[in-house]
Amino acid sequence: MSTMVEPRSPISHLAASKARPVYEIERVSKTYARNRLIALDDVHLTIHKGEFVSVIGSSGCGKSTLLKIMAGLMPPTTGRVVLEGRPVVGPRPDIGMMFQQATLLPWKTTIENIVLPIEIREGRSAAKAARDRAMSLLELVGLGEFANVYPGELSGGMAQRASICRMLVSDPAMLLLDEPFSALDELTRDFMNMELQRICSERGATTFLVTHSLAEAVILSDRILVMKARPGHVVEDITIDLPRPRTLEMINTPHFGQIVGHIRDLLGKEAAE
Amino acid sequence: MTDTTDTILADDRADTIWFEREALIDRIPRSVAMLFLFVVVVGIWDLVTRTGWISAIILPTPAETLSDLIFVGKNLLAGDYMLEALWTTALTVFYGFIIAVAIGFSLGVLVGETKFGERAVMPYLVAIDTMPKVAFAPLFIAWLGFGISSKVALAAFMATFPIVVGTAAGLYAASENERMLFKSMGASRLQTLFRLKLPTGLPHVFTGLKIASVGVMAGAIMGEFLGGGKGFGALIRQSASQLDTPRVFALILYLSLLGLALYFTVAWMEKRLVFWNKSSLPGGIA
Repeated sequence: MSTMVEPRSPISHLAASKARPVYEIERVSKTYARNRLIALDDVHLTIHKGEFVSVIGSSGCGKSTLLKIMAGLMPPTTGRVVLEGRPVVGPRPDIGMMFQQATLLPWKTTIENIVLPIEIREGRSAAKAARDRAMSLLELVGLGEFANVYPGELSGGMAQRASICRMLVSDPAMLLLDEPFSALDELTRDFMNMELQRICSERGATTFLVTHSLAEAVILSDRILVMKARPGHVVEDITIDLPRPRTLEMINTPHFGQIVGHIRDLLGKEAAE
Repeated sequence: MTDTTDTILADDRADTIWFEREALIDRIPRSVAMLFLFVVVVGIWDLVTRTGWISAIILPTPAETLSDLIFVGKNLLAGDYMLEALWTTALTVFYGFIIAVAIGFSLGVLVGETKFGERAVMPYLVAIDTMPKVAFAPLFIAWLGFGISSKVALAAFMATFPIVVGTAAGLYAASENERMLFKSMGASRLQTLFRLKLPTGLPHVFTGLKIASVGVMAGAIMGEFLGGGKGFGALIRQSASQLDTPRVFALILYLSLLGLALYFTVAWMEKRLVFWNKSSLPGGIA
């Protein structure tokens, strides 16, 4: 692991070494049998409690494959994936996911959408019982008055905030975010990133984010994995030592620019190859 | 640079108000447009029949048609034999539609949900669908006789395929992300089918149902043309063979009311069930 700015000690809100590991990924590889494509090659990754880790890389670098394996949506070809001490061999209720699109069901109201994971796993009565929790989550993201509105009436940003609530409702140990705000306009996106930071720190959430936005990765993360394609592998694990809470103003600091520049260099080398 | 702009603007500081021309058709209400077209068509019809350009046997005058319309209407209202015939046809259409929905929906789920259905069943369905289905009518009559059941069979046969296609297409409509969401929530196959794929596919299912509601009418009437019986189709054939064209026109008009009733029932159900899909109601009709 190389640290971006060596002399200073990490001012990160947690000391990664001391926190308990939540996610352990050892020598994970994935080969697609159909075209013998090596999507992932020998990936190691440990995520600690409360940590925010991002993975960044060009398309086709295997970051989505890694996320799907971590989520238990796809088995690895080789390797070990362990969450909270138990191996991941399929979808788990202690994993919360968020996708590029909000994917709210248009025939259900916002609050019904939020309790959907409970409804699927535990049935309708459990979903009804979870409505109070869903309501307080909606208030957490400022959507309290939109509980009984259909998603067709929500803006893109509001819909993604609702999908944050849906991810949080089953109180997952691990949040997996797959380019969650990439479909939003830039202003909304900045705002949502700050919201995400607030929510994650309030709940002490452990988060894994797949993104292709350098600024987004740097502003949110404690660590960034830089991935490269053919075969998909991690080239560098960068610790971001910007103090928390992070603000959008930090984007203009030289230190922020230095980190972004470093990552861009890493990724750019690949593009030139 | 700025100077030049300023001088140009100084010459003409008036507000730039201008009007976009609105097409005439956008300015008149739909009912007026429909009435206008109706009057024009009937006017031309009246002209060509009254002047004798077209023989009265081929095309009756509007007035003759109207008087026959009234005659048939009175007969229907009085509950006479015509009502009985209409009722027979309505029952044929109703049963045919129910059977088509049951079979079409089941086959659609088989094709859209299972690999076996997609790979093995669908090619046969496509092959049968491309055949002229009326050609099966003599078979249905041979199997089921001259009663209502052979007509129901033909009606159902004509209406099944659009429902299969609509349902199968609907089951493919859920996006990759939505499927992944359900997978990540640990949803079973049945849960994914009933809570995600079918509701998402409802607009497609209803498109199939609307096409089927037209097909089922055609099937019922063709069955009655070919197999006789007591339905409206038999009445039409009888009147046509007597060269009673005004009667044929009148009967067809009342028959179309039956088709409209079915179509709008389906459209109304769609409006209730697929309230969330704003794009499913093109043009505001249905």
